Amino acid sequence: MNLNVYLHAFTGVVKREFWRFIQQRSRFLSALVRPLLWLVVFAAGFRAALGVAIIPPYATYITYETYIAPGLCCMILLFNGMQSSLSMVYDREMGSMKVLLMSPVPRSWLLISKLLAIALISLVQVYAFLAIAWLAGVEPPALGLITALPALVLVALLLGSIGLFLSARIRQLENFAGVMNFVIFPMFFLSSALYPLWKMRESSEWLYWICQYNPFTHAVELVRFALYQQLNLQALAITLGTTLVFATLAVISFNPERTVRAAPAKA
Amino acid sequence: MTIALQIDRVSHQYGQRVALDNVSIGLVEGQFNALLGPNGAGKSTLFALLTRLYRVQQGEIRLGDDSINRNPRALLARLGVVFQQSTLDLDLTVMQNLEYHGALHGLSTREIRRRAAEELEWLGLADRTKDKVRSLNGGHRRRVEIARALLHRPDILLLDEASAGLDVASRQAINKAVRQLCQERGLTVLWATHLLEEISLDDPVVILHRGRVLAEGIGRDVCERSDETSLDALFDRLTSAKEAHA
Repeated sequence: MNLNVYLHAFTGVVKREFWRFIQQRSRFLSALVRPLLWLVVFAAGFRAALGVAIIPPYATYITYETYIAPGLCCMILLFNGMQSSLSMVYDREMGSMKVLLMSPVPRSWLLISKLLAIALISLVQVYAFLAIAWLAGVEPPALGLITALPALVLVALLLGSIGLFLSARIRQLENFAGVMNFVIFPMFFLSSALYPLWKMRESSEWLYWICQYNPFTHAVELVRFALYQQLNLQALAITLGTTLVFATLAVISFNPERTVRAAPAKA
Repeated sequence: MTIALQIDRVSHQYGQRVALDNVSIGLVEGQFNALLGPNGAGKSTLFALLTRLYRVQQGEIRLGDDSINRNPRALLARLGVVFQQSTLDLDLTVMQNLEYHGALHGLSTREIRRRAAEELEWLGLADRTKDKVRSLNGGHRRRVEIARALLHRPDILLLDEASAGLDVASRQAINKAVRQLCQERGLTVLWATHLLEEISLDDPVVILHRGRVLAEGIGRDVCERSDETSLDALFDRLTSAKEAHA
Protein backbone atom coordinates (compact mmCIF):
# COMPACT_ATOMS: atom_id res chain seq x y z
CA MET A 1 0.00 0.00 0.00
CA ASN A 2 1.69 3.21 -1.10
CA LEU A 3 1.92 6.53 0.72
CA ASN A 4 -0.71 8.14 -1.52
CA VAL A 5 -3.36 5.74 -0.21
CA TYR A 6 -2.62 6.82 3.36
CA LEU A 7 -2.65 10.46 2.32
CA HIS A 8 -5.98 10.17 0.49
CA ALA A 9 -7.53 8.36 3.46
CA PHE A 10 -6.26 11.09 5.81
CA THR A 11 -7.63 13.81 3.52
CA GLY A 12 -10.97 12.02 3.34
CA VAL A 13 -11.33 11.80 7.12
CA VAL A 14 -10.35 15.47 7.57
CA LYS A 15 -12.71 16.65 4.84
CA ARG A 16 -15.62 14.72 6.31
CA GLU A 17 -15.00 16.24 9.77
CA PHE A 18 -14.95 19.73 8.24
CA TRP A 19 -18.09 19.07 6.19
CA ARG A 20 -19.89 17.92 9.30
CA PHE A 21 -18.53 20.88 11.25
CA ILE A 22 -19.78 23.33 8.62
CA GLN A 23 -23.19 21.62 8.68
CA GLN A 24 -23.39 22.10 12.44
CA ARG A 25 -23.23 25.88 12.71
CA SER A 26 -24.73 25.77 16.19
CA ARG A 27 -21.78 23.64 17.29
CA PHE A 28 -19.36 26.37 16.23
CA LEU A 29 -21.46 29.05 17.90
CA SER A 30 -21.79 27.17 21.18
CA ALA A 31 -18.07 26.42 21.12
CA LEU A 32 -17.48 30.18 21.04
CA VAL A 33 -20.31 31.32 23.28
CA ARG A 34 -19.34 29.01 26.16
CA PRO A 35 -15.83 30.42 26.76
CA LEU A 36 -16.95 33.94 25.91
CA LEU A 37 -19.58 33.76 28.63
CA TRP A 38 -16.84 32.84 31.08
CA LEU A 39 -14.58 35.56 29.77
CA VAL A 40 -17.11 38.36 29.71
CA VAL A 41 -19.66 37.50 32.41
CA PHE A 42 -17.96 35.22 34.90
CA ALA A 43 -14.65 37.05 34.84
CA ALA A 44 -16.36 40.42 35.30
CA GLY A 45 -18.23 39.16 38.34
CA PHE A 46 -15.31 37.40 39.95
CA ARG A 47 -12.51 39.77 39.05
CA ALA A 48 -12.44 41.39 42.49
CA ALA A 49 -12.83 38.17 44.43
CA LEU A 50 -10.18 36.31 42.47
CA GLY A 51 -7.30 38.75 42.18
CA VAL A 52 -4.23 37.20 40.60
CA ALA A 53 -0.71 37.83 41.93
CA ILE A 54 2.38 37.87 39.75
CA ILE A 55 3.04 34.26 38.80
CA PRO A 56 4.95 32.77 35.89
CA PRO A 57 4.68 33.18 32.96
CA TYR A 58 3.28 36.65 33.63
CA ALA A 59 5.80 39.42 34.30
CA THR A 60 3.36 41.76 35.95
CA TYR A 61 -0.10 41.89 37.47
CA ILE A 62 -2.71 40.75 35.01
CA THR A 63 -6.46 40.97 34.80
CA TYR A 64 -8.50 37.92 35.66
CA GLU A 65 -9.68 37.77 32.04
CA THR A 66 -6.09 37.47 30.89
CA TYR A 67 -5.45 34.71 33.43
CA ILE A 68 -8.37 32.54 32.36
CA ALA A 69 -7.94 32.98 28.59
CA PRO A 70 -5.54 30.00 28.16
CA GLY A 71 -7.84 27.88 30.31
CA LEU A 72 -10.77 28.85 28.13
CA CYS A 73 -8.80 27.91 25.00
CA CYS A 74 -8.31 24.50 26.59
CA MET A 75 -11.99 24.43 27.50
CA ILE A 76 -12.80 24.66 23.78
CA LEU A 77 -10.37 21.81 23.10
CA LEU A 78 -11.86 19.80 25.96
CA PHE A 79 -15.43 20.14 24.74
CA ASN A 80 -14.36 19.40 21.19
CA GLY A 81 -12.48 16.31 22.27
CA MET A 82 -15.55 15.04 24.06
CA GLN A 83 -17.74 16.04 21.10
CA SER A 84 -15.58 13.74 19.01
CA SER A 85 -16.39 10.96 21.41
CA LEU A 86 -20.07 11.77 20.95
CA SER A 87 -19.75 11.77 17.16
CA MET A 88 -17.99 8.38 17.22
CA VAL A 89 -20.84 6.93 19.27
CA TYR A 90 -23.33 8.58 16.89
CA ASP A 91 -21.55 7.12 13.85
CA ARG A 92 -21.63 3.73 15.50
CA GLU A 93 -25.34 3.98 16.24
CA MET A 94 -26.20 5.32 12.77
CA GLY A 95 -24.09 2.72 10.98
CA SER A 96 -21.74 5.12 9.22
CA MET A 97 -18.83 3.80 11.29
CA LYS A 98 -18.90 0.71 9.07
CA VAL A 99 -17.73 2.82 6.12
CA LEU A 100 -14.59 3.66 8.07
CA LEU A 101 -14.06 0.07 9.18
CA MET A 102 -14.46 -1.31 5.66
CA SER A 103 -11.46 0.69 4.49
CA PRO A 104 -8.41 -1.38 3.55
CA VAL A 105 -6.24 1.26 5.25
CA PRO A 106 -5.02 0.20 8.73
CA ARG A 107 -7.51 1.17 11.43
CA SER A 108 -4.80 2.69 13.58
CA TRP A 109 -4.03 5.14 10.75
CA LEU A 110 -7.72 5.97 10.39
CA LEU A 111 -7.96 6.71 14.11
CA ILE A 112 -4.86 8.90 13.98
CA SER A 113 -6.38 10.73 11.00
CA LYS A 114 -9.57 11.21 12.98
CA LEU A 115 -7.57 12.59 15.90
CA LEU A 116 -5.74 15.06 13.69
CA ALA A 117 -9.00 16.10 12.05
CA ILE A 118 -10.54 16.78 15.46
CA ALA A 119 -7.44 18.79 16.41
CA LEU A 120 -7.64 20.91 13.25
CA ILE A 121 -11.30 21.76 13.84
CA SER A 122 -10.58 22.60 17.46
CA LEU A 123 -7.80 24.97 16.41
CA VAL A 124 -10.13 26.92 14.13
CA GLN A 125 -12.42 27.49 17.09
CA VAL A 126 -9.61 28.40 19.49
CA TYR A 127 -8.21 31.06 17.18
CA ALA A 128 -11.69 32.44 16.53
CA PHE A 129 -12.09 32.71 20.31
CA LEU A 130 -8.69 34.37 20.72
CA ALA A 131 -9.62 36.92 18.04
CA ILE A 132 -12.82 37.85 19.89
CA ALA A 133 -11.01 37.82 23.23
CA TRP A 134 -8.50 40.27 21.75
CA LEU A 135 -11.36 42.64 21.03
CA ALA A 136 -12.48 42.19 24.65
CA GLY A 137 -9.07 43.36 25.86
CA VAL A 138 -7.19 40.08 26.33
CA GLU A 139 -4.03 40.76 24.38
CA PRO A 140 -1.29 38.16 24.66
CA PRO A 141 1.89 38.91 22.69
CA ALA A 142 1.17 38.61 18.95
CA LEU A 143 4.08 36.21 18.54
CA GLY A 144 2.57 34.14 21.36
CA LEU A 145 -0.34 33.29 19.09
CA ILE A 146 2.16 31.46 16.89
CA THR A 147 4.25 29.88 19.66
CA ALA A 148 1.05 28.60 21.25
CA LEU A 149 0.13 26.66 18.10
CA PRO A 150 2.20 23.50 18.78
CA ALA A 151 1.01 23.48 22.40
CA LEU A 152 -2.61 23.79 21.28
CA VAL A 153 -2.13 20.97 18.76
CA LEU A 154 -0.68 18.71 21.45
CA VAL A 155 -3.47 19.51 23.91
CA ALA A 156 -6.09 18.95 21.17
CA LEU A 157 -4.52 15.55 20.48
CA LEU A 158 -4.54 14.71 24.19
CA LEU A 159 -8.20 15.59 24.65
CA GLY A 160 -9.18 14.00 21.33
CA SER A 161 -7.43 10.79 22.45
CA ILE A 162 -9.33 10.81 25.73
CA GLY A 163 -12.53 11.37 23.73
CA LEU A 164 -11.82 8.45 21.39
CA PHE A 165 -10.89 6.24 24.31
CA LEU A 166 -14.15 7.11 26.04
CA SER A 167 -16.14 6.48 22.85
CA ALA A 168 -14.97 2.87 23.00
CA ARG A 169 -16.44 2.62 26.51
CA ILE A 170 -19.74 4.39 25.81
CA ARG A 171 -22.36 2.00 24.48
CA GLN A 172 -25.18 4.44 23.78
CA LEU A 173 -25.62 8.12 23.03
CA GLU A 174 -27.69 8.48 26.19
CA ASN A 175 -24.63 7.68 28.29
CA PHE A 176 -22.92 10.84 27.12
CA ALA A 177 -24.45 12.80 30.00
CA GLY A 178 -22.20 10.73 32.24
CA VAL A 179 -19.18 11.99 30.33
CA MET A 180 -20.27 15.56 31.06
CA ASN A 181 -20.62 14.91 34.78
CA PHE A 182 -17.71 12.58 35.35
CA VAL A 183 -15.11 13.76 32.84
CA ILE A 184 -15.60 17.27 31.46
CA PHE A 185 -16.65 19.13 34.60
CA PRO A 186 -14.16 17.51 37.02
CA MET A 187 -11.33 17.90 34.52
CA PHE A 188 -12.09 21.55 33.97
CA PHE A 189 -12.87 22.69 37.50
CA LEU A 190 -10.12 20.64 39.13
CA SER A 191 -7.43 22.39 37.14
CA SER A 192 -5.61 25.69 36.93
CA ALA A 193 -7.93 26.91 34.17
CA LEU A 194 -9.95 29.28 36.36
CA TYR A 195 -7.73 29.85 39.40
CA PRO A 196 -4.04 29.43 40.16
CA LEU A 197 -3.27 26.31 42.14
CA TRP A 198 -1.81 28.23 45.07
CA LYS A 199 -5.27 29.64 45.64
CA MET A 200 -6.71 26.16 45.60
CA ARG A 201 -4.06 25.09 48.11
CA GLU A 202 -5.13 27.86 50.47
CA SER A 203 -8.60 26.34 50.54
CA SER A 204 -7.84 22.63 50.47
CA GLU A 205 -4.62 20.69 50.39
CA TRP A 206 -6.20 17.53 48.96
CA LEU A 207 -8.04 19.42 46.24
CA TYR A 208 -4.73 21.00 45.33
CA TRP A 209 -3.15 17.57 44.88
CA ILE A 210 -6.06 16.33 42.76
CA CYS A 211 -5.51 19.36 40.53
CA GLN A 212 -1.81 18.56 40.36
CA TYR A 213 -2.54 15.05 39.15
CA ASN A 214 -5.08 16.23 36.62
CA PRO A 215 -3.43 16.18 33.17
CA PHE A 216 -5.71 19.03 32.10
CA THR A 217 -3.90 21.31 34.59
CA HIS A 218 -0.63 20.68 32.80
CA ALA A 219 -2.28 21.09 29.40
CA VAL A 220 -3.54 24.53 30.48
CA GLU A 221 -0.11 25.49 31.83
CA LEU A 222 1.57 24.36 28.62
CA VAL A 223 -0.71 26.62 26.58
CA ARG A 224 -0.43 29.50 29.10
CA PHE A 225 3.37 29.49 28.94
CA ALA A 226 3.45 29.01 25.17
CA LEU A 227 1.10 31.95 24.72
CA TYR A 228 3.76 34.05 26.45
CA GLN A 229 6.57 32.51 24.39
CA GLN A 230 7.87 30.35 27.20
CA LEU A 231 8.26 26.61 27.51
CA ASN A 232 7.04 24.81 30.62
CA LEU A 233 9.03 21.60 30.36
CA GLN A 234 7.20 19.77 33.13
CA ALA A 235 3.83 20.56 31.54
CA LEU A 236 5.14 19.49 28.13
CA ALA A 237 6.45 16.16 29.44
CA ILE A 238 3.22 15.34 31.28
CA THR A 239 0.97 16.40 28.40
CA LEU A 240 3.05 14.50 25.84
CA GLY A 241 3.22 11.38 28.02
CA THR A 242 -0.52 11.42 28.74
CA THR A 243 -1.29 11.94 25.05
CA LEU A 244 0.77 8.90 24.10
CA VAL A 245 -0.91 6.79 26.77
CA PHE A 246 -4.46 7.76 25.79
CA ALA A 247 -3.79 7.59 22.03
CA THR A 248 -2.47 4.05 22.51
CA LEU A 249 -5.43 3.12 24.71
CA ALA A 250 -7.84 4.58 22.14
CA VAL A 251 -6.35 2.45 19.34
CA ILE A 252 -6.19 -0.69 21.49
CA SER A 253 -9.69 -0.40 22.91
CA PHE A 254 -11.30 0.40 19.57
CA ASN A 255 -13.55 -2.59 19.03
CA PRO A 256 -15.26 -2.88 15.62
CA GLU A 257 -17.55 -5.68 16.87
CA ARG A 258 -19.62 -3.06 18.65
CA THR A 259 -20.58 -1.53 15.33
CA VAL A 260 -22.92 -4.39 14.41
CA ARG A 261 -25.57 -3.48 16.91
CA ALA A 262 -28.23 -6.09 16.54
CA ALA A 263 -26.00 -9.11 16.14
CA PRO A 264 -26.20 -10.63 19.62
CA ALA A 265 -29.97 -10.33 19.66
CA LYS A 266 -30.62 -11.89 16.29
CA ALA A 267 -28.00 -13.62 14.24
CA MET B 1 -18.03 -22.85 -12.82
CA THR B 2 -15.35 -20.84 -11.03
CA ILE B 3 -15.64 -20.02 -7.35
CA ALA B 4 -14.79 -16.38 -6.69
CA LEU B 5 -15.14 -16.29 -2.91
CA GLN B 6 -14.98 -19.33 -0.66
CA ILE B 7 -16.43 -19.43 2.84
CA ASP B 8 -14.96 -22.55 4.35
CA ARG B 9 -16.33 -24.23 7.52
CA VAL B 10 -17.03 -20.96 9.27
CA SER B 11 -18.60 -21.04 12.73
CA HIS B 12 -19.46 -18.13 15.00
CA GLN B 13 -20.86 -17.92 18.51
CA TYR B 14 -22.20 -15.10 20.66
CA GLY B 15 -21.32 -16.43 24.08
CA GLN B 16 -23.04 -19.81 24.25
CA ARG B 17 -25.41 -19.14 21.34
CA VAL B 18 -24.34 -20.52 17.98
CA ALA B 19 -25.02 -18.05 15.15
CA LEU B 20 -23.20 -19.91 12.37
CA ASP B 21 -22.43 -23.60 12.47
CA ASN B 22 -19.78 -24.96 10.10
CA VAL B 23 -20.98 -22.90 7.13
CA SER B 24 -19.34 -23.49 3.76
CA ILE B 25 -20.44 -21.48 0.72
CA GLY B 26 -18.78 -20.82 -2.63
CA LEU B 27 -19.81 -17.75 -4.60
CA VAL B 28 -19.94 -18.46 -8.33
CA GLU B 29 -17.88 -15.94 -10.28
CA GLY B 30 -19.82 -13.39 -12.31
CA GLN B 31 -23.17 -14.64 -11.01
CA PHE B 32 -26.01 -13.29 -8.91
CA ASN B 33 -25.61 -15.56 -5.87
CA ALA B 34 -28.63 -15.57 -3.57
CA LEU B 35 -28.36 -16.12 0.16
CA LEU B 36 -31.85 -17.00 1.34
CA GLY B 37 -32.79 -17.10 4.96
CA PRO B 38 -35.50 -15.92 7.32
CA ASN B 39 -34.76 -13.28 9.95
CA GLY B 40 -32.26 -14.66 12.45
CA ALA B 41 -30.80 -17.16 9.98
CA GLY B 42 -27.27 -15.82 10.38
CA LYS B 43 -27.05 -13.69 7.23
CA SER B 44 -25.99 -10.48 8.99
CA THR B 45 -23.43 -12.36 11.08
CA LEU B 46 -22.00 -13.82 7.89
CA PHE B 47 -21.79 -10.33 6.39
CA ALA B 48 -20.07 -9.03 9.51
CA LEU B 49 -17.48 -11.80 9.16
CA LEU B 50 -17.01 -11.21 5.43
CA THR B 51 -16.43 -7.51 6.03
CA ARG B 52 -14.15 -8.08 9.03
CA LEU B 53 -16.46 -6.29 11.42
CA TYR B 54 -16.29 -9.54 13.38
CA ARG B 55 -13.20 -11.62 13.78
CA VAL B 56 -13.50 -15.10 12.26
CA GLN B 57 -13.58 -17.45 15.24
CA GLN B 58 -13.39 -20.66 13.25
CA GLY B 59 -12.96 -21.48 9.56
CA GLU B 60 -11.64 -19.42 6.71
CA ILE B 61 -12.81 -16.95 4.07
CA ARG B 62 -10.78 -16.74 0.87
CA LEU B 63 -10.92 -14.54 -2.18
CA GLY B 64 -8.39 -15.92 -4.64
CA ASP B 65 -5.08 -15.95 -2.80
CA ASP B 66 -6.25 -13.48 -0.15
CA SER B 67 -7.52 -14.85 3.14
CA ILE B 68 -9.44 -12.77 5.63
CA ASN B 69 -7.42 -14.36 8.42
CA ARG B 70 -4.02 -13.71 6.89
CA ASN B 71 -4.48 -10.63 4.71
CA PRO B 72 -7.76 -8.96 5.65
CA ARG B 73 -6.98 -5.53 4.17
CA ALA B 74 -6.29 -6.96 0.70
CA LEU B 75 -9.60 -8.78 0.87
CA LEU B 76 -11.49 -5.67 2.01
CA ALA B 77 -10.10 -3.72 -0.95
CA ARG B 78 -11.78 -6.23 -3.28
CA LEU B 79 -15.21 -6.12 -1.63
CA GLY B 80 -18.05 -3.67 -2.16
CA VAL B 81 -20.75 -3.78 0.49
CA VAL B 82 -24.30 -2.54 0.93
CA PHE B 83 -25.41 -3.18 4.48
CA GLN B 84 -28.97 -3.80 5.63
CA GLN B 85 -28.90 -0.68 7.78
CA SER B 86 -28.05 2.44 5.77
CA THR B 87 -24.52 3.64 6.35
CA LEU B 88 -24.81 6.94 4.49
CA ASP B 89 -24.20 10.20 6.29
CA LEU B 90 -27.59 11.88 5.95
CA ASP B 91 -26.28 15.42 6.47
CA LEU B 92 -23.72 15.20 3.69
CA THR B 93 -24.45 15.41 -0.02
CA VAL B 94 -24.44 12.40 -2.33
CA MET B 95 -21.04 13.38 -3.74
CA GLN B 96 -19.55 14.04 -0.29
CA ASN B 97 -20.58 10.56 0.81
CA LEU B 98 -18.95 9.07 -2.25
CA GLU B 99 -15.81 11.19 -1.85
CA TYR B 100 -15.42 10.03 1.74
CA HIS B 101 -15.71 6.37 0.80
CA GLY B 102 -13.40 6.72 -2.19
CA ALA B 103 -10.75 8.48 -0.10
CA LEU B 104 -10.88 5.68 2.46
CA HIS B 105 -10.05 3.34 -0.39
CA GLY B 106 -7.08 5.46 -1.40
CA LEU B 107 -8.58 7.16 -4.46
CA SER B 108 -7.76 10.74 -5.40
CA THR B 109 -10.58 13.30 -5.43
CA ARG B 110 -10.37 13.66 -9.22
CA GLU B 111 -10.64 9.92 -9.75
CA ILE B 112 -13.51 9.64 -7.27
CA ARG B 113 -15.48 12.37 -9.03
CA ARG B 114 -14.91 10.77 -12.40
CA ARG B 115 -16.02 7.35 -11.24
CA ALA B 116 -18.89 8.74 -9.16
CA ALA B 117 -20.25 10.60 -12.18
CA GLU B 118 -20.22 7.35 -14.18
CA GLU B 119 -21.91 5.27 -11.50
CA LEU B 120 -24.53 7.88 -10.64
CA GLU B 121 -25.32 8.38 -14.32
CA TRP B 122 -25.83 4.64 -14.71
CA LEU B 123 -28.07 4.53 -11.64
CA GLY B 124 -30.11 7.54 -12.77
CA LEU B 125 -28.91 9.91 -10.07
CA ALA B 126 -26.62 12.17 -12.09
CA ASP B 127 -28.67 15.24 -11.19
CA ARG B 128 -28.68 14.54 -7.44
CA THR B 129 -24.96 14.79 -6.66
CA LYS B 130 -25.32 18.03 -4.68
CA ASP B 131 -28.43 16.96 -2.81
CA LYS B 132 -28.20 15.97 0.81
CA VAL B 133 -28.84 12.28 1.31
CA ARG B 134 -31.53 13.19 3.84
CA SER B 135 -33.61 14.63 0.97
CA LEU B 136 -33.56 11.37 -1.04
CA ASN B 137 -36.20 8.65 -0.83
CA GLY B 138 -35.35 5.12 0.30
CA GLY B 139 -34.87 3.75 -3.20
CA HIS B 140 -32.51 6.54 -4.20
CA ARG B 141 -30.51 6.14 -1.00
CA ARG B 142 -30.01 2.48 -1.84
CA ARG B 143 -28.80 3.46 -5.30
CA VAL B 144 -26.30 5.85 -3.76
CA GLU B 145 -25.07 3.02 -1.56
CA ILE B 146 -24.65 0.79 -4.59
CA ALA B 147 -22.77 3.55 -6.45
CA ARG B 148 -20.56 3.97 -3.41
CA ALA B 149 -19.90 0.24 -3.12
CA LEU B 150 -18.79 0.15 -6.78
CA LEU B 151 -16.53 3.18 -6.56
CA HIS B 152 -13.31 1.30 -5.78
CA ARG B 153 -14.04 -1.30 -8.51
CA PRO B 154 -14.54 -4.35 -6.28
CA ASP B 155 -14.47 -7.95 -7.54
CA ILE B 156 -17.38 -8.95 -5.29
CA LEU B 157 -20.48 -6.99 -4.34
CA LEU B 158 -22.21 -8.00 -1.10
CA LEU B 159 -25.74 -6.77 -0.45
CA ASP B 160 -27.45 -7.55 2.82
CA GLU B 161 -31.25 -7.19 2.49
CA ALA B 162 -30.61 -4.28 0.10
CA SER B 163 -34.29 -4.07 -0.83
CA ALA B 164 -35.63 -4.15 2.73
CA GLY B 165 -38.11 -1.40 3.49
CA LEU B 166 -38.56 -0.35 -0.15
CA ASP B 167 -41.75 -0.35 -2.19
CA VAL B 168 -42.20 -3.05 -4.83
CA ALA B 169 -41.18 -0.84 -7.76
CA SER B 170 -37.96 0.27 -6.05
CA ARG B 171 -37.18 -3.29 -4.98
CA GLN B 172 -37.51 -4.54 -8.54
CA ALA B 173 -35.45 -1.65 -9.92
CA ILE B 174 -32.59 -2.30 -7.49
CA ASN B 175 -32.69 -6.04 -8.15
CA LYS B 176 -32.61 -5.43 -11.90
CA ALA B 177 -29.71 -2.99 -11.64
CA VAL B 178 -27.64 -5.45 -9.61
CA ARG B 179 -28.34 -8.28 -12.04
CA GLN B 180 -27.22 -5.96 -14.82
CA LEU B 181 -23.87 -5.59 -13.01
CA CYS B 182 -23.33 -9.33 -13.24
CA GLN B 183 -24.22 -9.50 -16.92
CA GLU B 184 -22.44 -6.38 -18.14
CA ARG B 185 -19.43 -6.17 -15.84
CA GLY B 186 -19.03 -9.77 -14.80
CA LEU B 187 -19.28 -8.79 -11.14
CA THR B 188 -19.84 -11.51 -8.57
CA VAL B 189 -22.79 -10.65 -6.33
CA LEU B 190 -23.99 -12.04 -3.02
CA TRP B 191 -27.59 -10.96 -2.49
CA ALA B 192 -28.91 -11.80 0.97
CA THR B 193 -32.67 -11.73 1.30
CA HIS B 194 -35.67 -13.36 2.86
CA LEU B 195 -37.88 -12.42 -0.11
CA LEU B 196 -38.17 -15.33 -2.52
CA GLU B 197 -39.64 -13.28 -5.36
CA GLU B 198 -36.22 -11.63 -5.75
CA ILE B 199 -34.60 -14.94 -6.69
CA SER B 200 -34.69 -16.71 -10.03
CA LEU B 201 -34.50 -20.49 -10.46
CA ASP B 202 -31.36 -19.95 -12.55
CA ASP B 203 -29.50 -18.25 -9.71
CA PRO B 204 -26.97 -20.04 -7.52
CA VAL B 205 -28.82 -20.27 -4.20
CA VAL B 206 -27.85 -20.96 -0.60
CA ILE B 207 -30.57 -21.51 1.99
CA LEU B 208 -29.39 -20.62 5.46
CA HIS B 209 -31.44 -21.27 8.56
CA ARG B 210 -30.52 -21.15 12.23
CA GLY B 211 -26.86 -20.78 11.28
CA ARG B 212 -26.73 -23.84 9.02
CA VAL B 213 -26.67 -24.30 5.27
CA LEU B 214 -29.74 -26.39 4.38
CA ALA B 215 -29.36 -26.36 0.61
CA GLU B 216 -26.89 -25.07 -1.98
CA GLY B 217 -26.77 -25.08 -5.78
CA ILE B 218 -28.50 -23.62 -8.82
CA GLY B 219 -32.10 -22.92 -7.76
CA ARG B 220 -33.62 -25.26 -10.35
CA ASP B 221 -31.26 -28.14 -9.42
CA VAL B 222 -31.87 -27.67 -5.73
CA CYS B 223 -35.63 -27.88 -6.31
CA GLU B 224 -35.30 -30.98 -8.47
CA ARG B 225 -33.11 -32.74 -5.95
CA SER B 226 -35.71 -32.09 -3.30
CA ASP B 227 -38.73 -32.94 -5.46
CA GLU B 228 -40.15 -29.47 -5.14
CA THR B 229 -41.55 -27.37 -7.96
CA SER B 230 -40.58 -23.97 -6.61
CA LEU B 231 -38.09 -22.32 -4.29
CA ASP B 232 -41.01 -21.08 -2.17
CA ALA B 233 -42.17 -24.61 -1.47
CA LEU B 234 -38.63 -25.83 -0.80
CA PHE B 235 -37.85 -22.90 1.46
CA ASP B 236 -41.08 -23.40 3.43
CA ARG B 237 -40.46 -27.11 3.78
CA LEU B 238 -36.84 -26.78 4.89
CA THR B 239 -37.34 -23.95 7.34
CA SER B 240 -40.57 -25.28 8.85
CA ALA B 241 -39.04 -28.73 9.25
CA LYS B 242 -36.18 -27.15 11.16
CA GLU B 243 -38.60 -25.16 13.27
CA ALA B 244 -40.46 -28.38 14.12
CA HIS B 245 -37.23 -30.09 15.17
CA ALA B 246 -36.06 -27.10 17.18
